[in-house]
Amino acid sequence: MAVLITFIQRSIGQGIAILFGATGEIMTEKSGNLNLGIPGIMYMGGVAGLLGAFFYENGNESPSPLVGMLISIICCLLCSLLGGLIYTFLTVTLRANQNVVGLALTTFGTGFGNFFGGSISKMAGGVGQISVKTTASAFRAKIPGLFGLPVIGQLLFSYGFLTYLAIILAIVCTYFLKRTRAGLHLIAVGESPATADSAGINVPKYKYTATLVGSMIAGLGGLYFVMEYLAGTWSNNGFGDRGWLAVALVILALWNPSNAIWGSLVFGALYIIYIYIPGLSRAQQELCKMLPYLVTLIVLVITSRRNKPENQPPASLGLSYFREER
Amino acid sequence: MSKQNKTSGRTVIHMEKRNSISRSKAWAIRLTAVLLSLIVCAIVIVAITKQNPLQVYAGIIQGAVGSKRRIWVTVRETVVLLVIAVGLVPAFRMRFWNIGAEGQILMGGAASAALMIYLGNTLPLPVALLLIIVVSAIAGMLWGIIPAFFKAYFNTNETLFTLMMNYVATQIINFLICIWENPKGSNTVGVINSKTKGGWFPRVFGSEYGLSVLIVLVVTILITLYMNYSKHGYELAVVGESTDTARYAGINVKNVIIRTMCLSGAVCGLAGALIVSGASHTISTSTAGGRGFTAIIVAWMSKFNPAAMLIVSLFLVFMQQGSIQIATQFGLNENASDIITGILLFFLIGCEFFVNYKLSVYREKEA
Repeated sequence: MAVLITFIQRSIGQGIAILFGATGEIMTEKSGNLNLGIPGIMYMGGVAGLLGAFFYENGNESPSPLVGMLISIICCLLCSLLGGLIYTFLTVTLRANQNVVGLALTTFGTGFGNFFGGSISKMAGGVGQISVKTTASAFRAKIPGLFGLPVIGQLLFSYGFLTYLAIILAIVCTYFLKRTRAGLHLIAVGESPATADSAGINVPKYKYTATLVGSMIAGLGGLYFVMEYLAGTWSNNGFGDRGWLAVALVILALWNPSNAIWGSLVFGALYIIYIYIPGLSRAQQELCKMLPYLVTLIVLVITSRRNKPENQPPASLGLSYFREER
Repeated sequence: MSKQNKTSGRTVIHMEKRNSISRSKAWAIRLTAVLLSLIVCAIVIVAITKQNPLQVYAGIIQGAVGSKRRIWVTVRETVVLLVIAVGLVPAFRMRFWNIGAEGQILMGGAASAALMIYLGNTLPLPVALLLIIVVSAIAGMLWGIIPAFFKAYFNTNETLFTLMMNYVATQIINFLICIWENPKGSNTVGVINSKTKGGWFPRVFGSEYGLSVLIVLVVTILITLYMNYSKHGYELAVVGESTDTARYAGINVKNVIIRTMCLSGAVCGLAGALIVSGASHTISTSTAGGRGFTAIIVAWMSKFNPAAMLIVSLFLVFMQQGSIQIATQFGLNENASDIITGILLFFLIGCEFFVNYKLSVYREKEA
């Protein structure tokens, strides 16, 4: 029983960063933008939050966890916004190819994260690794009282607030896409921008807003990883390929954020299941880590076989919109 | 034509698609973008290192071509990036977004590492080399066929499919590292056949990288001929323009997709052999090192022109090698080169807009 509880806890711990990324990417893809820069943006968001907290804690005699938390959230959001802005400016305003821009952004963002995360402490004249324990404590604070409950407390209330925020955001985004006028407009833009444009919807505005909001949500995933998972430290390439898993989760979730909630749990579980299968050699463990990607491939093939329209990617996904070429 | 009111005043920006642009003007725009990107890079580097920008650029040049050894490394990295980009051209011309070069390189690299380990010391070198080149191309080809098959028969989104295949390949490499690790417990493969040099590319033109340069040259010429002067090349271009037209013209679209991805995957797999047998003599998950992604951008920005691909590859590698040098000099980590690459790419990608569109800003008269 105890093993099962830790397994679920750790699966959730792995899944939340991916959930943030997937929710952000779904919002982006609904506008027809396939943002392959999401992994880079998550690095940027994570490292910016870390840097904000680092400079605050370094410049203050007795830093307050709450202020540090606010600063790091603001830095994270601004930096991911910047990443999204590079992407949208190049793809929407300058009409560059989305895949090309996205991949360049991932190269840039990953380098940005590893560079500053790895060397800022040295550049600021310190020694060793960067660490922001005080701020991280605010991110890792659990709900008092509820946490003490047996089993349920451990399963449901042993996480920092970002975990709950991820789930709430996914639900809010689903509601937004399905139940609000703006959400339906956004879907129209992603399905057929020319039609949406004729109906009087401002296509560039929707593309910009959705991509920027999506980037900020994804950036929070990086922040979650740095603050809650790594407890306010940095390890180069530690975030690994979770950003691409977020892109994969979008497929598994069939472009629906609330599906991404359980999907992230599945991915988190598949990501660490090799630890819990007894008797695996190290080589076999490595093969086990392939599972999330294999599952995604299978889902991708199955959805392309079954032509249910609501389970398909947005029709104009990956295509730039040229108004004069309608 | 679209019209945009910038302010409530009367300044108007007109955006007009150019019908044609003279070659010199297009290159002038691109050159301006390169200069701007170099200035932005200089600002970034100076902000971090607090050094005189001229010194920084001297350091970059020093790092890229400062010694005979560094020149050859720059050449090696350039031709490897070039051959991957060349391999992607057939797929992209067909509008098949092969984001999976990274995985195809890894599989090719794994194949040549396997041959070096198991046969490198027993076979005579020419046979071993031939085998390495052929088998690594086949490995890359197999990795390319899988997404092509699903695209052809199920119309599965190839961008996402090839992307996921990269990470399956990464895990296969991790698996192989566990099997091949040397010394035990290091979790790396180490330099393969470091004493016997079995399966290593021999020195040609006085350099260990000479053979790579030769192979890349041949492959580039062959692919260019294939694209421009063969029936296959014509067919895949038609499929890229419109699958309906292709079908109407009696082209077997499914065959073309699979055939073209075989070729694309094979060249990327060959690039894996150039990296493993020709340069690093080891294999790790960073063997491809993002080059599969960078090559996509190189191929796309060069509009598939081989000469342009060579120039862009050289420029990017030059700046990468240079900034790695700057980073070591100041004790910073070498990810600085990714930031520099990113900035350069943003400018190069962005400037194509100004090649394709004409902007005119003017004040509108009071109506």
